[in-house]
Amino acid sequence: MTASAYPDPRDRLAGAIPKLRAFAISLARDVSRADDLVQDTILKAWSNIEKFDPATNLDAWLFTILRNTFYSSLRKTRREVQDSDGFHAASLSVKPAHDGRLALQEFQKAFDALSPEHREVLILVGASGFSCEEAAGMMGVAIGTVKSRASRARKRLAELLHLEDGEDMFSGTDGATQAVVLRSAKVGF
Amino acid sequence: MRNDKDEDAPKRQAIREQIDENLKRVYAAALNEELPDRFRDLLAQLKAKGESGSDGAE
Repeated sequence: MTASAYPDPRDRLAGAIPKLRAFAISLARDVSRADDLVQDTILKAWSNIEKFDPATNLDAWLFTILRNTFYSSLRKTRREVQDSDGFHAASLSVKPAHDGRLALQEFQKAFDALSPEHREVLILVGASGFSCEEAAGMMGVAIGTVKSRASRARKRLAELLHLEDGEDMFSGTDGATQAVVLRSAKVGF
Repeated sequence: MRNDKDEDAPKRQAIREQIDENLKRVYAAALNEELPDRFRDLLAQLKAKGESGSDGAE
């Protein structure tokens, strides 16, 4: 029996899944891979539920399990990823434009071209509403590291999208093309 | 490419806002992906297993 002040956190897992899965998709950029990550995370969370402090944020705890699972599998599969360009190939092969306003798709391509570490920090502090302090806890780094990593990641995105020279954000496809090129270059290490 | 003159600050701020707005859209798009049944099924299985005794053997 868990302490009566808190409901059994296992009963809250279902409600946490949509956000957890959105984070997984943001990290892995591939839905089926993301779903495997979510599944692993649920299993780990369930069997380690006594390690969860119910006074803390369940989402943050689950996100931590998920990102640790993601990075350890990434380390294991990095060689395979090098061979095939792995899960990124599919999303990058989508041609952005019939023309006109496919702004989000352009942005997503640039986002895909970031390192997982950069995608992670931007989603945590830029999109999913965690504080830098919470993100630091999840990522296991200092707050200053979160801030500087987020800043570098934004800068990188701006470069990929050619935003530095004040152009309209999505005025052309050059950003996406360059993103693909840079991505390929980066896969090499 | 250092270009940190003061007159660039509003531009950098605008770029940052554009980026964060789009990050939220990327995240929202991921949130809107239809949730497969497998997670609900998995939780139901885990729960059933727990109720029939905490022995994990299948």
